[in-house]
Amino acid sequence: MTDLTSPAAAVATDLQDERLRQGAGLRGALQATLSRVRGGDLGLLPVILGLVVIGIVFQILNDNFLSSANLANLLMESVPVGVISLGLVCVLLTGQIDLSVGSVSGLSSAVTAVLFVDQGWSPWLAVVAAVAMGAVIGLVYAQVFIRFGVPSFVITLAGLLAFLGIQLKVLGKDGSINLPFDSGLVTFAQLKFVPAWMSYVLVALIAAGLFATGYLGARERRRARLSATSTTALAVRSAALLVGSAAVVWYLYQDGRGIGWMFVLFVALVIILNYALTRTKWGKSVFAVGGNVEAARRAGINVRAVYTSVFVLGTSLAAFGGVLAAARLAAANQSSGGGDVNLNAIAAVVIGGTSLFGGRGSAYASLLGILVIQSISSGLTLLNLDSAYRFTVTGIVLLLAVILDSVARKSRASHGRA
Amino acid sequence: MSTGSSSNSATATNAAGKAATGKAGGPILSLRGISKTFGAVAALTDIDLEVSAGEVLALVGDNGAGKSTLVKVLSGVHTADAGTITFQGEQVTIQNPAAAQRLGIATVYQDLALCENLNVIENLFLGQEIRPARLDSVAMEVKSWELLRQLSAKLPTLRIPIASLSGGQRQTVAIARSLLGDPKVVILDEPTAALGVAQTAEVLNLVERLRDNGHAVIMISHSMPDVRAVADTVAVLRLGRNNGVFAVKDVSNEDIIAAITGATDNVVSRRAARTTDGHDSAADDSAADGAAADGAAADEAADDEAANERDERS
Repeated sequence: MTDLTSPAAAVATDLQDERLRQGAGLRGALQATLSRVRGGDLGLLPVILGLVVIGIVFQILNDNFLSSANLANLLMESVPVGVISLGLVCVLLTGQIDLSVGSVSGLSSAVTAVLFVDQGWSPWLAVVAAVAMGAVIGLVYAQVFIRFGVPSFVITLAGLLAFLGIQLKVLGKDGSINLPFDSGLVTFAQLKFVPAWMSYVLVALIAAGLFATGYLGARERRRARLSATSTTALAVRSAALLVGSAAVVWYLYQDGRGIGWMFVLFVALVIILNYALTRTKWGKSVFAVGGNVEAARRAGINVRAVYTSVFVLGTSLAAFGGVLAAARLAAANQSSGGGDVNLNAIAAVVIGGTSLFGGRGSAYASLLGILVIQSISSGLTLLNLDSAYRFTVTGIVLLLAVILDSVARKSRASHGRA
Repeated sequence: MSTGSSSNSATATNAAGKAATGKAGGPILSLRGISKTFGAVAALTDIDLEVSAGEVLALVGDNGAGKSTLVKVLSGVHTADAGTITFQGEQVTIQNPAAAQRLGIATVYQDLALCENLNVIENLFLGQEIRPARLDSVAMEVKSWELLRQLSAKLPTLRIPIASLSGGQRQTVAIARSLLGDPKVVILDEPTAALGVAQTAEVLNLVERLRDNGHAVIMISHSMPDVRAVADTVAVLRLGRNNGVFAVKDVSNEDIIAAITGATDNVVSRRAARTTDGHDSAADDSAADGAAADGAAADEAADDEAANERDERS
């Protein structure tokens, strides 16, 4: 800390180049953010703005949209596909794709239901079995991809059909299995909500955690004579998060049921994956493979292991999403994981700003992306418009997201941030 | 004439090569009888090569001579079909790039092999991050600055993606990366190929600094001035075979070019003779140069055809 005030450390090691233009403190941080956005490094800004626009438009069309009951429901509803899209982020980051996440989640729903209801397994054991099955599917994809060099697009397209077939077979003649309403699985997905006080505690913990990691990191950087975010800026950021989140929580508990534990689980998964992607060697390898496979290989990265890990993670999380979907619906049937689940998961990831070409994206992409998708779906349902409209609008939003990404990429290139 | 001269130069210069390597102690890396075929094409046949600590070995040869294949064998991208590699007195096998890195053989590829979407620090530490489960970004940034300052690199910031750097800056990053694991042998594949005048000089300074720090350097280059500027020894490859090892101070450019092309009467020497019009002192070095300088344009065309035929036979 003494480094901060002592004149000897006036210029940090990483700011000594005379070509750098950078303000100090809070003001400098704001300026840097602004110039980054101008340069096309939009980050999560478009998707956040998109959410605001969607909120305003649907609120004008139907004043129930922004009611706390609807928002609380929307959050819960977004979790299953959100979890599926979380796995997809990893696959897309390496420049591959998994088109079968919908089918895998459907099969996983069916397997959970059959093991739990028909075979009488413990529900948690059934869940573990379903997720393990997902992992095995990913392992098979990875082996086919690595050994035979078949494009992942084709492998998973084959998987899409094959696992849909197996799902129908597993469900048998009836084609539908109901989960008992009093089972832990269903109550977790439908009825377990965080008490209001605990929500505030969670929000406070997250804000405090953000400040603490930021502060400790900045202190370590100052000790190493590197530039660091000022304590004021960190405090302002954490306080903004605290106030914003607390306001949202307060609103959600007005006449709605608040935040479900399932949503908390989803957010926890997002935070864990974000950590893994940004702060571990594995995460850097995933980005490196997505950016330049040959360079990654020559840098000594085990590229096969990276591909295997992302395919396994993709299908495992898809299977887990399927379990949550079955629990939320209290049933597994022939249409589980069918219809728009696949494309919604992919759309969520892309809308969130993850590149289809690999090497660019984040775990938060799937959280914000799925909120956009689910908001549209929820808003159109409130307006009594059927799936015809939902598909069309979602398609248009997806296209807009991709166009925005392309424009931003060009801007990045011309501002030297590509 | 051409076939005779190439075999002569090979025997004559083996002795010169031994003399050059002898002064710096035993070789740190030596190859014996390395061969590599791709399908029906023998890319490398029976290659011998030695390099010692504190020595810069220039590896030269025409396109398709097998330089890059040899580098890939050394760096673990390809494995040799036959032959032995001895590193620090022990026979080793290099199965993959990671194995080469562990041994202490670092390679800077011609295409640099950087990930454009990652920033400078991430690229420098790719595959050898500090603290894998909770990356120590501060230590990595400090070390990166240290390394790049040492190479007097001119990078304003390290937190920008490689995509926004210039060619010379990228080359510096690639060389800096190769030095991270404190390698014994550094292999540079055409380090100056895409660089401007000042940047080329920077890279050559860098090569000398590597040598002075006791690294063994293998540098592939097409540029004779660069080779003469920094190399101690020149090893010539031709059509996948050894074609002579020279101590740089005892050999003329013409001899090296003759070994590269496999003929003293070659397109380079004829062009040199034609452009200098026979008055330059360099033209006196070989009889072929003189003959070409005297001849009329028609004769040169005939010479060209003859030389081509000889090349095909050898």
